[in-house]
Amino acid sequence: MAQVTFLDAIKQAMYEEMERDPTVVLIGEDVGVYGGAFKTSEGLLAKFGWERVIDTPISESAIVGAACGMSYLGLRPIAEMQFIDFIVCAFNQITNFVAKGHYLWNAPAPIVIRGPAGGGVHGGPFHSANPEMYFVHTPGLKVIYPSTPYDAKGLLKAAIRDNNPVLFFEHKFLYRRIKEEIPDGDYVVPIGKAAVRRQGKHLTIVSYAAMMHTSLEAAEELAKEGIEAEVIDLRTLAPLDSDTIVESVKKTNRCLVVHEDTKTGGIAGEIAAILCERAFGHLDGPLMRVTALDTPVPYAPTLEEYFLPNKEKVVHAARELARY
Amino acid sequence: MAKTLTRQQHLDLYYYMRLNRAVEDTMVKLFRQNKIVGGLYSSLGQEAVSVGTAFALEKKDWLAPMIRNIGALLVKGVPPRDVFMQHMAKYDSPTKGKDGTSHFGDLDNLHIVSPISMLGDLIPVMAGVAMAGRYLGHKIVAMTWIGDGGSSTGVFHEGLNFAATQKAPFVLVLENNLWAYSTPVKRQVPVENLADRAKAYGVKSFVVDGNDVAAVYTTAKEAVDLARAGKGPILIEAKTFRRLGHAQHDPAEYVPVEMKKYWEERDPISRHEKFLFREKFLDEKGKKEIEAKISALLEKERDFAENSPMPPAEFAEHGVYCTGDDCHKIRAKWERPVAEVTPPKSKVSAVWKVEGFGSGKGSGGGSAPIHFGDTETHEQKEEAVAPNNGARSAAKKSAKKPVVAAARKAKR
Repeated sequence: MAQVTFLDAIKQAMYEEMERDPTVVLIGEDVGVYGGAFKTSEGLLAKFGWERVIDTPISESAIVGAACGMSYLGLRPIAEMQFIDFIVCAFNQITNFVAKGHYLWNAPAPIVIRGPAGGGVHGGPFHSANPEMYFVHTPGLKVIYPSTPYDAKGLLKAAIRDNNPVLFFEHKFLYRRIKEEIPDGDYVVPIGKAAVRRQGKHLTIVSYAAMMHTSLEAAEELAKEGIEAEVIDLRTLAPLDSDTIVESVKKTNRCLVVHEDTKTGGIAGEIAAILCERAFGHLDGPLMRVTALDTPVPYAPTLEEYFLPNKEKVVHAARELARY
Repeated sequence: MAKTLTRQQHLDLYYYMRLNRAVEDTMVKLFRQNKIVGGLYSSLGQEAVSVGTAFALEKKDWLAPMIRNIGALLVKGVPPRDVFMQHMAKYDSPTKGKDGTSHFGDLDNLHIVSPISMLGDLIPVMAGVAMAGRYLGHKIVAMTWIGDGGSSTGVFHEGLNFAATQKAPFVLVLENNLWAYSTPVKRQVPVENLADRAKAYGVKSFVVDGNDVAAVYTTAKEAVDLARAGKGPILIEAKTFRRLGHAQHDPAEYVPVEMKKYWEERDPISRHEKFLFREKFLDEKGKKEIEAKISALLEKERDFAENSPMPPAEFAEHGVYCTGDDCHKIRAKWERPVAEVTPPKSKVSAVWKVEGFGSGKGSGGGSAPIHFGDTETHEQKEEAVAPNNGARSAAKKSAKKPVVAAARKAKR
């Protein structure tokens, strides 16, 4: 057991998978010589050689397209987006080519598209995005957004071994800020399974990625006031583990969704619909949501802090919900 | 050039062009009987491009067709019934009714990648196929097609440039049929030869008469051989003409009548047929036999297609995800020692150099004014030890230097 950062967990997962399976290759901008903009692939070129760690031109569509083509011959490419914001440059390639292949012509594309996402680091409007919902809306893709080093490693390994295209979002705020003891050696975390991070009985807080930590902090604060919140970490957004959410809400009768994505079209709306369909009679109050504003991510720290959800906003909403 | 082909090769090219046209003629009939579900696209007059290029591929090679490349699919071994059933959305079709037209593939046997309607996306995908083939030691070539219209997409640039940086064993056939729907090529691309664009990627290119099947084949064969030998990617511009509208619904009244006439006189099948008769490779009897063979085949294939059922409605729900090994066993076929790509053999020193990079060499072989080199040229070293020059004249001198070097090289 060793203390590792989120970043090291990603690095370990790629290293171990490449060592285990020679069909795993890494392709992206500056992933080789430089070791990745965040150093997630540092040392991989030296270890695995230039055929398996491929530096590319600034061409996101080509990166995703080539990864897809490689997968047709049985390779399992990891395509890195230097910042996940740039994934939209490959939007057509992902949503029309990669995602539809298995459904239309029985061609699985076992690729992973991963990269640093999320705000809170003053990266500005083009280096802070949370574009997960574009892809959650696209049938054929799996979308993962973990919150802990343990999950990051286990889920990235599961993603690489999965026969489907998997989008793997890494919250860059967490990269070096959180550390966790994780077991040495191989393990996987199953895709499509949420985790209950904290048991509670008064309300359920559903969250993921960096906001999961904010939600846990808020739950501690609420506990001091006698409000016991159950905190669910989604981990996978598609396919969504709605059973775990429904089960929890049937127990607590209240649900608050906290996400860093913007409000309109965020996963909270989908969860609200699922609860209406499957647990309507169990709800004692409206589904509430604490999310980012419906604006681009602003640059100035004062603006970005106002834009993002935080502990206080979560506590405030939870108190209100608990009164129902 | 055409003389380098054997009689049998000439006859095969003729057969596949005739088959290509007959398959499409059959589909026009089916379309008029309302048996085709969606649109119907034609490659009338462009058969030499599909057939001639695909004929240069080996069985192990990979291809990805575009909408007007039914001929390439037939050459690769797709039975006509699959083409009919695709268009008729039948359950026995390769996509079981989930997609139509030439949008189908076969990863395991024929090595065909299915296209999508967004043009250009296949280029990086096939570059990836080519790279994976090289990585696994397959010695394959990957080929795809793009139109004059599709060559204006961003992913055309990304894909071809990327393939060039990787020296991928990849051949891109630019089928210039002069029209992108209703827009003539001159209004899309302000260059004479679309193949000229290859220069910008440091890629070798050919221009060929797309209505001369033997010329298309010999050009494609040369390109495929070069790509297989590590000289890829290669771009071929085949100049041809779209004789019908964008699809069946389009009467193409925007096309000048004289233009249609000009190209009708250059029909690739009649041209090749004349050549075969002149060379006595074919006579009336032989021609009749080929026609009889094709119509017997297509009658059978059409019957099969018409008798295939529509997919059951609830089938719409299935197949979004691959469910794992029970669904697809994904296994790479290694044709080189795996040890070459696994540590310790795969190890490279962390800093590696691109040949030519930093010494100021451009893709054309001449010197280019690259100012961020990681190695010093001989002249730079000399300059560094010559302290007499002022900063200003040194800057002037270094700005001139590449031109001088290029001139020197040219003299040699």
